[in-house]
This record gives sequence, structure tokens and C-alpha cells, in this order.
Amino acid sequence: MSNTNYVPTSKIGKWFNDRLPLLTLSAHLQEYPTPKNLNYWWTFGGILTFCLITQIITGVILAMHYVAHADLAFESVEHIMRNVNYGWLIRYVHANGASMFFLAVYIHIFRALYYGSYKSPREVIWIIGMIIYFLMMMTAFMGYVLPWGQMSFWGATVITNLFSAIPFFGESITNWLWGGFAVDNPTLTRFFSLHYLLPFLILGLVILHIWALHVPGNNNPIGIDVKKPSKDTVPFHPYIVIKDLFALLIFLIIFAFFVFYSPNILGHADNYIEANPLVTPAHIVPEWYLLPFYAILRSIPDKLFGVIAMFASIFVLVILPWLDTSKVKSAIFRPLYKQFYWFLIIDVIVLGYMGAMPAEGVYLLIARVATAYYFMHFLVILPYLGIKEKTLPIPLSITEPVLGGSSNPSRVKNKTELHNL
Amino acid sequence: MSEEKKVKRRDFIFTASYVLGGVGVGAAVWPLIDQMNPDASVKALASTEVDVSSVQPGQSITVLWRGKPVFIKRRTQDEIAEAKSVDLKDLKHPEKDEDRAKNPEWLVMLGICTHLGCVPLGNKGEYNGWFCPCHGSHYDTSGRIRKGPAPTNLEIPKYEFVNNNTIKIG
Repeated sequence: MSNTNYVPTSKIGKWFNDRLPLLTLSAHLQEYPTPKNLNYWWTFGGILTFCLITQIITGVILAMHYVAHADLAFESVEHIMRNVNYGWLIRYVHANGASMFFLAVYIHIFRALYYGSYKSPREVIWIIGMIIYFLMMMTAFMGYVLPWGQMSFWGATVITNLFSAIPFFGESITNWLWGGFAVDNPTLTRFFSLHYLLPFLILGLVILHIWALHVPGNNNPIGIDVKKPSKDTVPFHPYIVIKDLFALLIFLIIFAFFVFYSPNILGHADNYIEANPLVTPAHIVPEWYLLPFYAILRSIPDKLFGVIAMFASIFVLVILPWLDTSKVKSAIFRPLYKQFYWFLIIDVIVLGYMGAMPAEGVYLLIARVATAYYFMHFLVILPYLGIKEKTLPIPLSITEPVLGGSSNPSRVKNKTELHNL
Repeated sequence: MSEEKKVKRRDFIFTASYVLGGVGVGAAVWPLIDQMNPDASVKALASTEVDVSSVQPGQSITVLWRGKPVFIKRRTQDEIAEAKSVDLKDLKHPEKDEDRAKNPEWLVMLGICTHLGCVPLGNKGEYNGWFCPCHGSHYDTSGRIRKGPAPTNLEIPKYEFVNNNTIKIG
């Protein structure tokens, strides 16, 4: 790293830094050389850190007023909404914050997919990211159970029953998860405990995620390795900090719109009915961010294989660095991959929509086709593209396309074509 | 160089220490895992007695047993006939109706879809039995899975008729 030789100017700073080099760390974070062509899709790392901190702060506050008991949980949430000072605000920020967190993480993930950020030497960053994503889904699922409404209860029932698909041990495992013979008070209390714990695990993994990022440095829109520091880089502070803050501001406007103008639009009305173990709601729908996986689960007619397919859909993402055989990172220089990338986005949106629809007739058929395509993309198209695709010439540095007369890296193509004439 | 690698006394001590350490860790972790299993108070609610004297033919009641819904259905002659007429070869999980309902008029089963645990709706579906709204499983008048993702028939709990009007579940 460029700044391990940092020496604090003040005497007390030097004394402290010799004993615990926090000031060296802070200097590294400020000077950290960042590719100068990072676009706004790169601001979501900072936005996600903000989301995590917001969820932790609002969550700790909600836990001061919430009661984790099957008889009291639903009422205590209403108590927060009606009686606690600003309770409505804190709860709406927390509930919508989960949705905003997932919105940001999906943009962050799809940015990595477009620009090939998961490729060597950034595989470990990617895998840690996927573990964070998986923990986020678990945390969000358990959090949704806590208000103990109808969707909470039946969502918990359906998801925990996934484990009953395991041969031989299925029933013992579900009984162990529930602490009984159905979802009940013991399930609620342990979900509360884990819902409180997991965000701190995520925080630890986020630190590892950033640490692993700071070893090779950021990827960038044209996906080439840059020398650090060089004329291709700028210091993190103030350049990236200001850009991240501006993006965060825009993000907060959208966040505030949901919190203040349509706080329940992303939730489900049935969750304002207290849990009733005798009545299943007509449609059990998970939160929007889990819908594509739910569609995959339902599209397989066999219980065990449906569960396997759902977990496999996440696992293919984990091994993605080895499924994508192309050495070229950025989709800008991969004309075919670029098209398949947008097909994948459409496919995931279609899966999400099918997950919200009843599992019958034409919806089921479309969900099956979309599920097949999802796996095709990762297991067939990506490995094959890496071998067959004719990629465009890659610039030698970030500065080159600029000096070539255009700030848009995709124009490099035209430039090389001109050279060939 | 035919020098054989001898097992030394020290290797034995290492292996023995690892094994003992492993057993110790396992013994310490087990209570931390087992605490999540159903506790004594949950297990104590083992059986429920239900008065079924007011249930008319064709009617069904739902009672709660160990936190789970149990369907008690008094079937009509048509429904019994339909359940008995099914060819076992057409079934995903072949079970005779006689084996599912000791007294053919009374069908007692867990009201939990064997797919992912929703409560199926009565008198619905393509086989006039139960239909699960969550993921579209159809059950017949004997609670047997006929169509959809559920792998097995609706489960029959342990139950007995204490007298003509009372069923004891569990």
C-alpha cells in the first residue's frame, strides 16, 4: 500500500499511532487510489454501508419497545406505531430500509455482473459479498416474522418447511428449528435473537469485504488493471467521498418518498392481521426482494428438487468467477455478453413477477421457462461465451480513450477501427 | 532409503489429545444445540380430546393439536365411495382409503399441506377434497395427494374414538 510510511504530525498522534496504527488506517482510507473513471454505479458500496448502519440503529431502538412473545408481539408493534414517540417513523424507516437495502444490493450485484468485478483477482471479494447477501436474506426473512402478522406466520411456516424436504432428517430438523411441532412462540423468540445477531455478523463481513477490496483496488468501467497510484487514479478523499455522498443524497430522496408517502406499499396488507395458525392467507407472497427465488422454488414440481433448485440459484452466483471463462472483464468490450446480460436482467424481473402470481396455468409455465433460462445463463451461456466470443480491443489505460478524443470508453472501438483503415 | 516412518509415542499422544479434545467440544456444544428442540412444556401438550357429536355428514371441523390444525371430516356416502373407487395405480403416494380412515365416515388428518405447511382449503380442488392455495396441491376425498408439488398424502395423526362422540388425538 502506498501509505504504510505515514507519520502523524502531532506528538500525541505519533505516540498513539506507534501503539495502535489507527491513524495509518485512516490515512490509507483517505489516500486510497481509486480509478478516476468510476461512474455512479460504483456509489452503491457507500450507500449499502449507510443502509446497514441505519438498519442497526433503528433496529436497536425498535428492540427497546418490541416484545418477542407470540401473544404480545403484534400488539407491541401497534404500540410502537401509535404510542412510542416517533415510533412510527423509526419502524417505517426500518421496514422500508430493508427494501432499500435490497434495492441497493441488487444494483451493486448487477453492477459487478456488468463490469466483471467478480473476476480474478477479486473472487474473494465477490464470495464474501455473496455470503453477506445470503445473511441479508436470512436477516430480512426473520425480521419479517417478528410483527407476528399473517404473512409473518405463514412466511415462516413455508420457509422453515423447506427443510422438511431433506430426506430422513427433515422432520427432526424442522422441529428443532421451530422448538415445537409448528411455528409458535419458541420460533418467534429465537428468530428475534438471531435477527439481532446477524446484522453484526454482516458488519464484520462488510469489513472483510472492504479489506479484500483494498488489496487489488477497485475494478472500473473499462475493467482493466490500473497502476496505483498513477494518472489513472484519484485519491478516495475527497473525490470519491463527495461523489458517494451526492449519490447517497439522491438515494435518500427515494428512501424518504417511501417512508413518508407510501410506507406500506412494499409490504403486504395481510401482515396487519394477527397470526392465526388455522387460516392460511389466500396468497402467500414473500417480500419483493425474495420473489425470484420463490418463483424458482415453485416452478419445480418436486418438493426436494424445488428446494435444491432454489439454493442452487444462489450457489451458481458464488461460483460465478469460475463459470465465466472470459478474460475480459467489462461488458463494454463484450458485445455478445452485453446482450445476454440484459436478457438475464429481464429473466430475473420475469421470475420476480411470476413469484408474485399464483402458481398455476400460464404463470407456472413462464416461471419454468425463466428458471431454465436462469440456469442456462450461468451454466451454459457464460462458459461458452468465454471461449467463442470475439471481444473488442481493450485500451491500455484509462487515460488512453480520453486522449483518443472521447471520454466514452465504448468509442475506443471506433478509434481502433479508424486505425485499421 | 528404506527407513520406514515409525509411529512415535508423541504421535500417539497428539492423536489421543485431538480425539479427547473433540469429544469434549462436542459434549459442550450439544446442550447449546439441543436447547432449541421442543421443550418439556411443548411436549406435555401431547393429546387433545374433541367432541364431535354436533358434526353433520359433509361437515368438517378444524381443531388445534400441538399447534397444528387437525381436520375432522364426517364424510358423506358419495365421498366415501369416491375415495374407495380410486385405482391405487393413479396415486402418487398409494394408500388405501381403508387404511386412512378406520371408521370410513370419519376422516381425521393433519390440516397441513405436505409441501410447505400451509393449511389446505376444504371442498375445493379438482378432486373434491382439499386444495392448498399456496402452491397448488390438490388432495382427494381421502386426503391423498393427486396433483401438485406436495410429495405425500395428508398425514394421519395417532387418534382413537374414546366413545361414539369423542375423538382423542395424540
